[in-house]
Amino acid sequence: MTRSSFLRRRMLAALALAVSSLAGTSAAYAQLSIEVTGAGANRIPVTIADFGGDPGMSRAVTSVIRSDLERSGLFKLVEQAQPGLTEASSIDFNAARSRGADAIAAGSVANSPDGRPEARFRLFDTNKQAQLAGAAFVTGAPQLRAAGHRIADVIYEKLIGEPGIFSTRIAYVVKAGINRFELQIADADGQNAQAALISKEPIISPAWSPNGAQLAYVSFENKKPVIYVHSLATGKRTVAANFKGSNSAPAWSPDGRKLAVVLTKDGGSQLFTLNADGSGVARLTSSGSIDTEPQFSPDGQFIYFTSDRGGSPQIYRVPVSGGAAQRVTFEGTYNVTPRLSPDGKAMAFITRGNGGFRLAVMDLASKQVQVLTDSFKDESPTFAPNGRMILIATEIGGRGVLSAVSIDGRIKQRLSVAAGDVREPAWAPYQR
Amino acid sequence: MKHLVISALLALFIAGCSSTPDTGAEQSGAPVEGRDGVRTVTAGGVGSSQLPAILTDPKSILSKRSVYFDYDSFEIKPEFKDLVAAHAKFLNENRQFRVLVQGNTDERGSREYNIALGQKRADAVKKTLTLLGVREDQVESVSLGEEKPSCVDQSEACWAKNRRSDILYNGEF
Repeated sequence: MTRSSFLRRRMLAALALAVSSLAGTSAAYAQLSIEVTGAGANRIPVTIADFGGDPGMSRAVTSVIRSDLERSGLFKLVEQAQPGLTEASSIDFNAARSRGADAIAAGSVANSPDGRPEARFRLFDTNKQAQLAGAAFVTGAPQLRAAGHRIADVIYEKLIGEPGIFSTRIAYVVKAGINRFELQIADADGQNAQAALISKEPIISPAWSPNGAQLAYVSFENKKPVIYVHSLATGKRTVAANFKGSNSAPAWSPDGRKLAVVLTKDGGSQLFTLNADGSGVARLTSSGSIDTEPQFSPDGQFIYFTSDRGGSPQIYRVPVSGGAAQRVTFEGTYNVTPRLSPDGKAMAFITRGNGGFRLAVMDLASKQVQVLTDSFKDESPTFAPNGRMILIATEIGGRGVLSAVSIDGRIKQRLSVAAGDVREPAWAPYQR
Repeated sequence: MKHLVISALLALFIAGCSSTPDTGAEQSGAPVEGRDGVRTVTAGGVGSSQLPAILTDPKSILSKRSVYFDYDSFEIKPEFKDLVAAHAKFLNENRQFRVLVQGNTDERGSREYNIALGQKRADAVKKTLTLLGVREDQVESVSLGEEKPSCVDQSEACWAKNRRSDILYNGEF
C-alpha cells in the first residue's frame, strides 16, 4: 500500500517547520521537542468536531473517536473553531487552519429509518479544502462505541496511509486471585472485556486463529498443560493436544488449518505440527535439546522457534517442510519468544540484558536489532494487525500490566486492570 | 507442596469427623447435609484420603514429595536421592500406583521456555524412577513452568523454593 499523499505533504510541511523553527525563536523549538516526547515525532493536528444529533449518543461517538486517535500517538487533537458542525455543514477551512488543524472531521448520530442509530461523518483536508472521506455506520445502541472505532479507523487510514486497528480486539489472561484465572477478550482500547474462560488453574499462550473466530491456548485445569481450541461465539472447546507429558505453545498456520505445538510425548520439548482438530500429528524437530515457542512466518514457509541447542536460548527458524535449522539471533545469551510482524519483515522478541528482560525488534533483512524498552520483565510480544504497535506483558510496581509500544519505540501506552495481574496478550487479526 | 499440605489436613479432618458416628437409630433417616443445606463439593485434586498412610504419614519419607534444584540445573542433588529411591521402591512394590511428576521453575524468563525448563526437572525425576525399575506407564512427567509458584516474593530464597519437582500419586491429581 502506498502512503497517502496527505502524509507525504505533512512530512514536507514538518520539514519546512523544522527548518523555520531552527531559525526562529527558542520557544518554537522547545515546543517541537515536547511533541517528540512520548508520542510520534510528527503528530498530525486534526479537529474532531462535536458530533451533532442526539446529544448522549453523539457525545459517546465523539469521545471514542478522539480517544482512539489521541492514544495512537500519531495525532494532535485541535479544538474546533466553528460550533455546531455536522457532516452537512459547510466548513470554514480558514478558521480550522488558523487553529492549526490539517484535517477536520464532522458528523452526527441520528436514528436511521429502521430505528437503529446511524453515525455519519465526513473528513476534510483543510489545506486542499477537499473531502477525504465520508461514511455512515448503522449500529445497535450498545455498539455505538464500535461505530466510533470504525470512524476512527477511516480517519486513521486516510491520514496515515495504512489501516487502523481501533476496531480490533485483544485477548489476555487476568489472574484475579490465587485460584482464579480469566481468559478475556476486549476491544483494542481495553473496553467491553468479556471472559471466554474462567478457571481455577492457569491459562497461558492464547493464539488467535487467522479468521479471528477461535483461540488456541494452554490450560492447566487437568494439573498439566493441555492445548485447547476454543470457538468464541459458541464457547465450544475441543482438545487439540493432550498427549502424555506436556502440551504447549500453540501457533496457527496462516491458512488456519494447522497448529505448530510443543509436545514432550517422545521425550524432551520438541516441535510438532497437527491439524486444528488434533489429528495428523507430525514431528518437526529432533534435537535432543529444548525446542519451543514455534511461530509461523506470515508466508507459511518457515517456523521460527526458541532453542537452547547452541548452549543458551536463541531464536532459530526451520522450513515448514522440515530440514536444517538456521540461527536467527546471535547477540546476548537469552533471546526468546519470536513473533513475526504481519508483513513478515520484522521479528519482535524478548532479550535479556542489563539484568532485565526487554522487548526488541529485528529487521530480518538487515539483522539490525533495536531494543525498545528499558523494563525488567517484558514477555509475550504480539503485533497489532497493521504491524505498527507491539503489545507486551510487563510488570510495574509488582503488578502485571500490558504495554503497547510502537515499532520505533516512541509511543507507549499502558493497559491495566484494577484488581489483578494482566498477562499473556494476543492481538486479534483483522476480521475477514 | 501447598496442595499436599491442604489435602493432608483435609484428610485428617474427614477422618476426625467420621470417627464420631454417635447418632441414635431414630435419627438414621436424616441426611447430614439437610440441616443447613450445606453440601461439601470436592474440588479437583483432593483425594489423598484414599492413599495408604505410608504415603501421607509425616513420619514416612514417602510423605515428602518435593525435589529441589539449583538455578539453571536439572540434576537431582545428593540430598534428594534417598527420597526418589524410596518412591521408586514403593512404586515397584505397588504396581497399581501411578505418579504425576510436576516440574516447576522460578518466574524469570519466558513462560513457555520455563515450561520446557520445568519439563527437564520433571524428566530428571522420571528418569531416576524408571532407572530404579518403575514401569514407564506408572509415571508421567509434566511441567507447570512458572505458573504455580509455591512462593511469590521476588527473592532468591523464594525462587529456590519454586525450582522443584513434585511427586503426586493417583488421587492427588
